[in-house]
Amino acid sequence: MQRTFLKLAALAGLAVIGAAPAFAAGGIGGAIDPVVYELMVFVMAIFVGYYVVWAVTPALHTPLMSVTNAISSVIVVGALLAVAVEHGAVDGFVSGNTVASKTFGVLALIMAAINIFGGFLVTQRMLAMYKKKGDKK
Amino acid sequence: MLTPNLIAGLYLVSGVLFILALRGLSSPASSRQGNYLGMTGMGIAMATTLAVAAPQSVLTWILLAVGLGIGGTIGAVTARRIAMTAMPELVAAFHSLVGLAAVFVAAAALYAPEAFGIGTSGNIHFASLIEMSLGVAIGAITFTGSVIAFAKLSGRMSGKPIILPARHLINLGLFVGLVYLIYLFCQSGGSPLLFWAITFVAMLFGVLIIVPIGGADMPVVVSMLNSYSGWAAAGIGFTLSNIALIITGALVGSSGAILSYIMCKGMNRSFISVILGGFGGETAGPAGGGEQKPVKLGSAEDAAYVMKNASKVIIVPGYGMAVAQAQHALREMGDQLKKAGVEVKYAIHPVAGRMPGHMNVLLAEANVPYDEVFELEDINSEFPQADVVYVIGANDVVNPAAETDKTSPIYGMPVLQAWKAGTVLFNKRSLASGYAGIDNPLFYNDNTVMVLGDAKKMTEEIVKSLAH
Repeated sequence: MQRTFLKLAALAGLAVIGAAPAFAAGGIGGAIDPVVYELMVFVMAIFVGYYVVWAVTPALHTPLMSVTNAISSVIVVGALLAVAVEHGAVDGFVSGNTVASKTFGVLALIMAAINIFGGFLVTQRMLAMYKKKGDKK
Repeated sequence: MLTPNLIAGLYLVSGVLFILALRGLSSPASSRQGNYLGMTGMGIAMATTLAVAAPQSVLTWILLAVGLGIGGTIGAVTARRIAMTAMPELVAAFHSLVGLAAVFVAAAALYAPEAFGIGTSGNIHFASLIEMSLGVAIGAITFTGSVIAFAKLSGRMSGKPIILPARHLINLGLFVGLVYLIYLFCQSGGSPLLFWAITFVAMLFGVLIIVPIGGADMPVVVSMLNSYSGWAAAGIGFTLSNIALIITGALVGSSGAILSYIMCKGMNRSFISVILGGFGGETAGPAGGGEQKPVKLGSAEDAAYVMKNASKVIIVPGYGMAVAQAQHALREMGDQLKKAGVEVKYAIHPVAGRMPGHMNVLLAEANVPYDEVFELEDINSEFPQADVVYVIGANDVVNPAAETDKTSPIYGMPVLQAWKAGTVLFNKRSLASGYAGIDNPLFYNDNTVMVLGDAKKMTEEIVKSLAH
C-alpha cells in the first residue's frame, strides 16, 4: 500500500519536473529569470529524490551510495566545457586564462571519469551478486 | 542542429534516467536494469555536451581522450579489483573525487566565464558567483571531509575521535569566516584570490568537522558526505544552468540526507550530536568496570552441536565479520545447517558495519540469497522462536542494555533481541566492549555461550565439526 503510494508520488513528481521546462517555454509572464525555473526543477527533484530513495530497499543501500556517486559525476559536463574552452585563443596565442581553464577541466575530467566508470561498474558488480533462493550462479 | 530547447530537453532526459536508476533499486530484481538506465543517462549528458561545445582543436581532443582514458582506466580497474569489505572506504574516496571535481569545475568557470556564459573575467554575474561559491565551498568540505573519512575507514588513521580544545569555537569561527569570504567574493565580481581563500578555509573546515567523529558514527558520516557531494554538484549545476546536474544534485543530496537520517535513527542519536562528535572511542562509557563476572565459554564443537540440533538458527553479523572476511565461511555454515534440516535466517541491524547496507553486500558476495536476509523490524519478533542465535562480529546491536538500562549511552537504540532466543552463541575475538565502548550484559546471561576467536577461523572450525 505504502509502496504503491510512493511510486505514484514519484511519478507525479516526474510529471511536474517534465512540465517545468514547458512552463518556461510557454512564458507565463515573459520576464522570469531562467534561474527561477532551475530552482523549481531543483526543489521538485528534491521531492522526487525523497520518495524514490525511501522506496529503496535497505539491502541495497550500499549500491545506492555507489550509484549516486556515479551519477553525481555528471558534473563531467562542466569538465568537458572547461577543456573545450578556446575563447582566449587569438592568432595561435593561448591566453593564461584559457590554459588555467583547460588545466582545471582536465583535472576535473579525470576525477569525474574515475567516478563514472568506477561508480557504475562497482554498482553493477555488487548488483550482480544479489540472488534469490534457487537462482543459478 | 541542436537548438537550446533540444539541448535542455536532452539534459532533462538524462536527469530522468538518473531518477529511474535510483527507482530501480527498490528491488534487487529491477536494480540491474536501473543501473543501465543510469549509464545511458550519463552517455546522453556527455554526448550532448560534446555536441554543444564541439572541440575546435586537436589539442582539445587529445586532452579529452587523455583525461577520460586516465580516469576511466583507474575507475574501471578499481571497480574490478576492490574487495567488497573495502566498500566503505571506496565510497568515501569517490565522494572526495566528486567534491574535488566540483572545485576544479568552479575554478575553470572562474577563469573562463565567457565559455560558461556567466559573464566576463572579473565581471561575473552576481547570481552565478553565489552559485559558484556555494558549489566550491561545499565541494571543498566534501573533498577533505571524505579524505579523512577514507583514512579512518581504511585504517590509515585511528578510528578514535580526535578532540581539539575549543573545537566548537574554532569551527564556528571558520564557518563565519567562510560566509564572510563568500560575501566578499560575490561583491568582487570574481576575484581568484578570494576564490582560493574560500577553497582553503572550506577544506580546513572539512577536516575539522570529520576528525572528532568516532568509528561507530562512520555510517552517518559516509551518508552525510554523500549528501554534501550532491549539494556541491547542484551548486555547480546552477552555475552551468544544466538541468541534468541540478536534478542529479538534488537526488543525491536528498538520498544522502535520508540515509543519514536512517543511520541516526538506527543508533538513536540526533544528527547534531553525531556532527558534534566525540562518540565512539575508548573513553566513552563505563567499559567493563572492575568486576569480572563469570561467562560461559564454548568451543567450535559445542557450537556445531547446539546448532545442528536446533530447528531454527538466526545469524547476526556485524563489523567483525567484515574485518575477518568471514562471510564465505558463514555461508558454508548456513549451507551445512540447511542440509541438516535447520531453518537459517540472517538478521541485519541498520547500522551494522561501516556504511548503510554493508552487511547485505557482503552476504550477497558470499552467495547468501537475499530472501534469507532480514531487516531489524522484520525479524525482531522471531527471536523467541529461534533455538539458536549466532552473533558473529557484532556487539552493540544486540546489547539488551539499550532496552533496559536507562543509564547506558546507547539506551533507546533499536537492537536485535537476540537474548530472547534459546541459546546465544557469541563469537568475538575477546570479551572487550564494542565500538561504543559499552559493556554488554548479554555476555553474562545463562543462555549465552561465548565462542571466542577470529570470526573466520571459528566459523570454519564450526563448519568442520558440522561435517562430521
